[in-house]
Amino acid sequence: MREVCDLVVVGAGPGGLAAACRAAEAGLDVLVLDAQPEPGGQVWRGEARQGSNRLARRWLTRFSASGARFRPGARVIAAPEPGVLLVEEGPSSFAVRYGRAVLATGARERFLPFPGWTLPGVLGVSGLQVLVKDGLPIRGKRVVLAGTGPLLLAAAATIHSHGGEVLYIAEQASAASHWGFALQLWRQPAKLLQGALMSAKLVSVPTSTDAWVTAAEGERRLEAVRLSVRGREEHLHCDYLGAAYGLVPNLEVARLLSCETSAGAVVVDDRLETRVPKVHAVGELLGIGGVDQALVTGELAGLVAAEQPVPLELERSWHRVRTFAAQLARHDAPRAELLRLATPDTLLCRCEDVPMSALEGCQNLREARLYARLGMGACQGRTCGTAAQTLFGWTGEDVRPPCLPARIGSLRIPSDVSSTPTRES
Amino acid sequence: MSAFDCVIVGGGIVGAALADVLSAEGVSVALVEARSIGTGTTACGMGHLVAMDDNAAELALTAWSVALWRELADGLPRTVEYDACGTLWLAADDEEMAAVSAKVANYRAAGVRAEVLDSAALYEAEPALAPGLVGALRVPEDAVLYPPVAARTFALRAQARGARLMTGCQVRELRPGGVMLANGELLTARHVVLAAGVASPLLCPGLPISPRKGHLLITRRGAPVVHHQLVELGYLKSAHGTDGASVAFNAQPRVTGQLLLGSSRQPGDGTREVDAKLLERMLKRAALFLPGLDGLQALRVWTGLRPATPDGLPLLGPHPEKPWLWLACGHEGLGITTATGSARLVADQLLGRASVIDARPYSPARFLSASGHEVAHA
Repeated sequence: MREVCDLVVVGAGPGGLAAACRAAEAGLDVLVLDAQPEPGGQVWRGEARQGSNRLARRWLTRFSASGARFRPGARVIAAPEPGVLLVEEGPSSFAVRYGRAVLATGARERFLPFPGWTLPGVLGVSGLQVLVKDGLPIRGKRVVLAGTGPLLLAAAATIHSHGGEVLYIAEQASAASHWGFALQLWRQPAKLLQGALMSAKLVSVPTSTDAWVTAAEGERRLEAVRLSVRGREEHLHCDYLGAAYGLVPNLEVARLLSCETSAGAVVVDDRLETRVPKVHAVGELLGIGGVDQALVTGELAGLVAAEQPVPLELERSWHRVRTFAAQLARHDAPRAELLRLATPDTLLCRCEDVPMSALEGCQNLREARLYARLGMGACQGRTCGTAAQTLFGWTGEDVRPPCLPARIGSLRIPSDVSSTPTRES
Repeated sequence: MSAFDCVIVGGGIVGAALADVLSAEGVSVALVEARSIGTGTTACGMGHLVAMDDNAAELALTAWSVALWRELADGLPRTVEYDACGTLWLAADDEEMAAVSAKVANYRAAGVRAEVLDSAALYEAEPALAPGLVGALRVPEDAVLYPPVAARTFALRAQARGARLMTGCQVRELRPGGVMLANGELLTARHVVLAAGVASPLLCPGLPISPRKGHLLITRRGAPVVHHQLVELGYLKSAHGTDGASVAFNAQPRVTGQLLLGSSRQPGDGTREVDAKLLERMLKRAALFLPGLDGLQALRVWTGLRPATPDGLPLLGPHPEKPWLWLACGHEGLGITTATGSARLVADQLLGRASVIDARPYSPARFLSASGHEVAHA
């Protein structure tokens, strides 16, 4: 089976939706692929049904009316030749031949290992938020959140509104860095409002900067956490811990397509085109910048793809959101203490059960992979690769297909897609 | 006064095995590797320790090497994943089955255990195979292992005996009396051994070694169980018989519960990209032997570059024009298998001793004249 389109958009979060709307409204045949069953991405998860977020509702409505085609549950797994993607969709697969591509694959949480981090009941900050939105029974459950930046408050708000009891919010950043960041929000009125609204519901929750989890404890699942709070230790009994340290871009598809990356972000020109011609990158792929950056860059890329003029106001917005992204990166950088929490028997790679001690003598990520199986399992290093980079400064290896585990049959190219005939053996 | 008796250039499985053997003989060794031990071609292959009988010289070296591995096995750490699973050479038709008897005689003459399985015995041994196969040749003492950890084990053993391990260390030039490193440092040594696989011609122009690219795919854990390394007998025809790109069915059970699938050959291709069309041919071929393959979960596809010589045999021994330079390269797809035998052969020659097998068929002089130029290969 195959699809042909002018523009393929990978990812239906705010960036992908904005790109798809702009391009489809200008007359392009746009195909949007997303692994989830509904558009909206992680940040607008569930908004397609509930519609409480006005901004999300506006874009999702616009997307429905744009004429762009949406394929839910579609995971890009390989890029066998320029202009072709292989996509797995439920029990079947198909190939997409595209003229241009916009990559809007978003971000994932950065996990750093600490004793007990693999216990059931320990999740990411946004990971826990997503589960709660998707129906995890949280009413009456005691939750500790630890991490950094605006995601902490967003998760706390969701958990609070679903009846969960947020016991503590531990922000790893120092007070100076945190309040400096908060003051910068004045330049970002929308973000300030969002932040203030979120905080208002949570006034009674103990919160501290210079605070982080040092260990999760429990026999079979999480029972308690140990926190370091401004130099003193706290011990809290709880049912769930959300602990993650900011976001990192999902670079796998971009790297599969051989897009150049630098400092953990995709390199683009002022048309948001990557070093690979006709492939654009938007949103978190450019460096973590949140919804505003995703929307602005998505619109820009959509207009460029459709060869439309770019309004000056949009150009200006882009420069503004880039400034915010740079500040966020400084604020979210994990502090040194977080890199020393793991003990020799703490697992770094949970797919392959690789403890920290197994990495003894390894000098780089390739050695860690080949000698100790780090990142060789089902998640393909998405979790431990990021942690190893943060802990040891090891940079990533080339992405090899499939960029997600996929059926062998899905790697086979339909014969009507190949640009040159396949010779039989 | 040289700093070392011997500098080995190249820390793949062959260079590492040689460092292990020489250091055990009390030779002072430096092992110089541009990246990390065992992470080049060594890390890309299947790790199949296989006796091969394409010709007498190949059989002599592979049979001896597999036996040497077996002797080493008990002393290897568990993470080397040595598994004496044996090889099944699958016969798809009566013609291939007829070839099995000749191969059994060949193997037995070389001291390698081998037996014929009829169709019923084959399906009892490997129920996951597609119906319709006529039988198989079973070579029970063949094995598989995990090559990068095997190479690292050799290198660390050498290091423990005093060998100097230099990784992340690029070599600029080989010269009489030592090697010049890219950073300008000179390592002096009486002997220099070039064991740099596909990179060898860069340091010794004129070596008849060219890359032959291969593809492999590994599944997630929990794949259907096969018990032997499975290879189609047609492999001999398809893999060795043509100059163009070819594929053959080759499947291996890993101790992790994963299935490792091959194989492809692209002569002269030195690129690292996955060739989707060749992968397609390889998977199609594999699905003929293992039904239901398309439904398995693939975890990774990768490529590797085999260092191929024109006659399929490695270059082991002195360079005819450069008495200070020794070659241990050009192993194509048999570098893991023959690392043990290759290391012994080169060490024996360096130390001026006789070897268990005749070293002449692997002599670099068969390609390189004494004037240092490549000679035409008949």
